[in-house]
Amino acid sequence: MAGAAISRSGIGAPVDRVEGRLKVTGAAKYAAEFNEAALLHGHAYASRITKGRIAAIDPSAALAVPGVLDVLTHENRPDLPLLRRHYQDEVASPGIPFVPLWSDKVLFAGQPVALVVAETAEIARYASSLLEIDYEEEPHETDLKEALHRAAAPWRTRKGYVRPKSRGDAPTAFEAAAVRIDGEYHLMPEHHNPMELFGTTVVRHDDGRLTIYDKTQGALNSRNYISKIFGYGGDEIQVLSPFVGGAFGAALRPQHQLFLAVLAARHLERSVRVVMTRQEMWSLQFRPECYQWVKLGAEPDGRLAAIVNHAVTNSSRLETYTDNIVSWGGMLYRCDNADLEYRIAETDTMTPGDMRAPGAATGVNLFEIAMDELAYAAGVDPLELRLRNYAEKDEMHGIDYTSKALRECYAAGAERFGWARRVFEPRSMREGRELIGWGMATGIWEAMQSKTACRATLRADGRLEVATGTADIGPGTYTMMVQVAAERTGLPAERIEAKLGDSTLPYAPVQGGSWTAASTGSAVALACETLRTRLYEMARDLPDSPFASTGIDDVRFEDGEVVRNVDPMNKRMRFEAILEAAGCPELKVEETAKPGMISMMRKARNSHSAVFAEVRVDEELGVMRVTRIVSACAAGRIINPKIARSQILGGIVFGLGMALEEESMMDHRLGRFMNHDLAEYHVPVNADLFDVDIIFVEEQDEEVNPLGVKGVGELGVPGTAAAIANAVFHATGKRIRDLPITIDKLL
Amino acid sequence: MRPFSYQRPTGIAEALRDASGGGVRFLAGGTNLVDLMRADIERPTAVIDINRLPLGEIEETASGGLRIGALVPNSDLAYDSRVEVRFPLLSSALLAGASAQLRNAATTGGNLLQRTRCYYFYDLATPCNKRDPGSGCAAKSGLTRIHAILGASPHCIAVHPSDMAVALAALEAEVLTTGPSGDRRIGIADFHRLPGDTPQVDTNLEPGELITAIELPAEGFADHYSYLKLRDRLSYAFALVSVAAALRLEDDVVAEARIALGGVAHKPWRNPEAERLLVGRPAGRDGFDAAARVLLEGSEGQGANDFKIPLARRAIVRALEQAAAATPQSPTDKRIR
Ligand SMILES: Cc1cc2nc3c(=O)[nH]c(=O)nc-3n(C[C@H](O)[C@H](O)[C@H](O)COP(=O)(O)OP(=O)(O)OC[C@H]3O[C@@H](n4cnc5c(N)ncnc54)[C@H](O)[C@@H]3O)c2cc1C
Repeated sequence: MAGAAISRSGIGAPVDRVEGRLKVTGAAKYAAEFNEAALLHGHAYASRITKGRIAAIDPSAALAVPGVLDVLTHENRPDLPLLRRHYQDEVASPGIPFVPLWSDKVLFAGQPVALVVAETAEIARYASSLLEIDYEEEPHETDLKEALHRAAAPWRTRKGYVRPKSRGDAPTAFEAAAVRIDGEYHLMPEHHNPMELFGTTVVRHDDGRLTIYDKTQGALNSRNYISKIFGYGGDEIQVLSPFVGGAFGAALRPQHQLFLAVLAARHLERSVRVVMTRQEMWSLQFRPECYQWVKLGAEPDGRLAAIVNHAVTNSSRLETYTDNIVSWGGMLYRCDNADLEYRIAETDTMTPGDMRAPGAATGVNLFEIAMDELAYAAGVDPLELRLRNYAEKDEMHGIDYTSKALRECYAAGAERFGWARRVFEPRSMREGRELIGWGMATGIWEAMQSKTACRATLRADGRLEVATGTADIGPGTYTMMVQVAAERTGLPAERIEAKLGDSTLPYAPVQGGSWTAASTGSAVALACETLRTRLYEMARDLPDSPFASTGIDDVRFEDGEVVRNVDPMNKRMRFEAILEAAGCPELKVEETAKPGMISMMRKARNSHSAVFAEVRVDEELGVMRVTRIVSACAAGRIINPKIARSQILGGIVFGLGMALEEESMMDHRLGRFMNHDLAEYHVPVNADLFDVDIIFVEEQDEEVNPLGVKGVGELGVPGTAAAIANAVFHATGKRIRDLPITIDKLL
Repeated sequence: MRPFSYQRPTGIAEALRDASGGGVRFLAGGTNLVDLMRADIERPTAVIDINRLPLGEIEETASGGLRIGALVPNSDLAYDSRVEVRFPLLSSALLAGASAQLRNAATTGGNLLQRTRCYYFYDLATPCNKRDPGSGCAAKSGLTRIHAILGASPHCIAVHPSDMAVALAALEAEVLTTGPSGDRRIGIADFHRLPGDTPQVDTNLEPGELITAIELPAEGFADHYSYLKLRDRLSYAFALVSVAAALRLEDDVVAEARIALGGVAHKPWRNPEAERLLVGRPAGRDGFDAAARVLLEGSEGQGANDFKIPLARRAIVRALEQAAAATPQSPTDKRIR
């Protein structure tokens, strides 16, 4: 990928995306756009029942369609390893991963039960409609409400699960508290619905090697998954994913189409593409539905005496998907008594999965509505309530933060929003027919770092390549890598090229959790520092070197040159001149950046935000407009304010969707999500967005990671939905505890 | 998508000849038909692409109205200056529908014939009398948030999704057709049907009958109109409830009134009695509310859509207020006055 022309380009510069031009001109290719002569197309046929077994499949009519090569089902599929651990991937929840065409069992609605492979996608899809399948149905249980009574604490948990830690005696303190609120809060399931459909193109080479173009948040994860299942050696398969048209967590785990396309390519010894339809996205993972029960007890001045925060989400019968729902409420505010409990209930659905700010989007937003209720019960301004309960430490673990500029977020956001002019009473502001409400909430997310390697290669022409196996699903990773490398090497950005989305590149985890800037950024920085040292040493050791008998601190790296601090006009050498003089065609280094494990446990690492929202509600008609949002964020060092702003903005749009629009509606008699297209699953459109103002407050953090960055991909979601819901209360006096807040709930 | 034959005639006679067999669908903008074919819901054996037929003009009629060719794109129609000036209700309804891209492709004839967005109609795994007659209605006692409150039957509770048709109903347009039994002129009120026990039949068109144009009579209610559409987001969603309101006022007294509802029934909903009730009365909230009640007589919720009944009543009142005040709902400024 070419580095575009950007001049001032180091860390902190608001440069344009380096891949922007490729994307807007259509030159960037996505997984299902890589073509190959004689490519075959697979169409996955989705089960029409929710639970039971397939008694018989008759593929004869499908097979009789000219152009159909094969119909793969559980009956005729090639042998697969029996042990289910072969199917576990980097992000899998504990349990038994779902494998398409595994057996005659149907476990959830829309499960792919056959793959029709044909010469064109159209033939495959048509032929699939001719499959005759006899099902034996069994009763299913999909309704979380009905399953609440059998919810239990997760007996197995996944990496990253934060076990809720209670403290003090919250039930007693709650009973004794002067001010109390007690509510049930609910969030409907949501589906990620990235713009790009899930597609995989498997190009089979004559010697059996595979090049796989996959829509994924981790090319290495896809590679390892396929290697384990099908027994490929290191260089027999390569997974490429240079561009991803959105994912939001849906492409963290290998999806049905990857497995199916590889299965078919091997079986037929041909190149194969499988693309899932939009409707089939509802058979992939989703943000689980959640019931959250919050009781807050406080002193008359609003200081918290008790937090009781319990939640239940659903998981599948296959795997135990857990979210961190209740811990946020346990961390965020100063309080001696907290009773935190999280349970899950198994339902006959696909396993839920991470969706942008998993856990926090649900748990923080619902909890922050409860905090607003407490403000009203105590008669304290909602912002003042948060300040009175401000926690200097992570209250749940009792440890310090590496940094926490949330107080500054409150101040900056309130100032920009004009919060001081707010009248406390609900229904106190009106213009024409519209009631106006102002609400606010706190947002929090994690500032994680994962072990990541980066290779930096300086070429004879003075160009630098930085490469790692991470992904860029849209947050600007290519650009971030170029900026960090520019800063560390002193090379202009247009001479730097970033490479990612390739399983042959050095190790990187999946892109998720907002950890990429910290993880990949640190790896790029480290590799570039090593490269710089090696280059300097190479120059110093040249005969008649201008840097003879200096140390690395005696030089600087500027505009593609090593420059001696003393006598800079005469004592300098271009990078390419150094390589040439040393007879070195290219200088290559690889480094791995790891988080410090001990300090990770000793200190809490989080980003924070304060979100303020204005809504205008036509009370008679229930129609609402979110006319203003101010989000003040503390996210450490901002590598690129322009791209970081886009990330927060995208998160805010997600939050707005959660507050007002997004819900996957299941008909529990059928066990099927019914609004399975973008006409009926509503995400915000441009008309729904008015003024959105994003502020990054200063937050210096030398401890969180070498770059001091915290990540901004998810921080926009937690807090936003609550700020809007709280503004609705302020406008109308109606407390809606059930998201999304649709017209019918406001009438 | 099932295999089908494809023709692209250039003349109407030729098109009708091609359409004389069974299993025929005309293809106009394709924004609904092609989606439904892909989803295996529409299964024509012959597709006749009518885009080369000479049906793309908007012309004056002798009686002072407009004749709109069946192939005029929704956006061209909405922005036609004669429509904007003389029939702004139609323009406004069109712009409340779909998205700019869809409106560019969608045609006048196709818009009228678009099919319901009932979730169950769209899901082959569920029974649906409209898709598969006799299989049952899964929507009833299912997810009914978007379903009918008026004119439904035990066999079908779907609603017609078109915004344009609601304005046409208020304007008392006529649909001009040609087909096996010659040319016909069908009043818009008689064009769409209620589901009854044949919900698979959306309209009174005969198989193979082609819409050639829509005619608007001279009266466009350009001074006092409003198209108010309420939906789950501020743009690009189908109506939960929409109201086309048109008034002719003489000294603030209603001389003529039209009210049509969208999103509530299997066809645009009107009741002349509700409109007559307004005539001769001052244009004010009391009268509007009384008219709303009459118009909604017999309305019945399915549970999750019960809210549509009060919502429709309030929307009718508001749309009439907007019409009376000559402050019609703007299709772009989302604030409702
Ligand atoms: C995501 C989405 C959102 C939408 N939102 C809205 C909305 O908010 N409001 C709204 O009103 N609409 C909405 N629409 C629907 C859109 O308006 C219709 O799809 C469009 O008007 C259909 O016109 P067309 O020319 O594309 O019809 P086609 O798809 O070509 O045809 C539709 C039907 O009409 C028949 N037909 C077409 N022309 C003729 C003719 N001249 N004579 C006889 N039969 C004919 C076809 O055979 C077919 O059965 C939306 C559509 C989509 C996809």
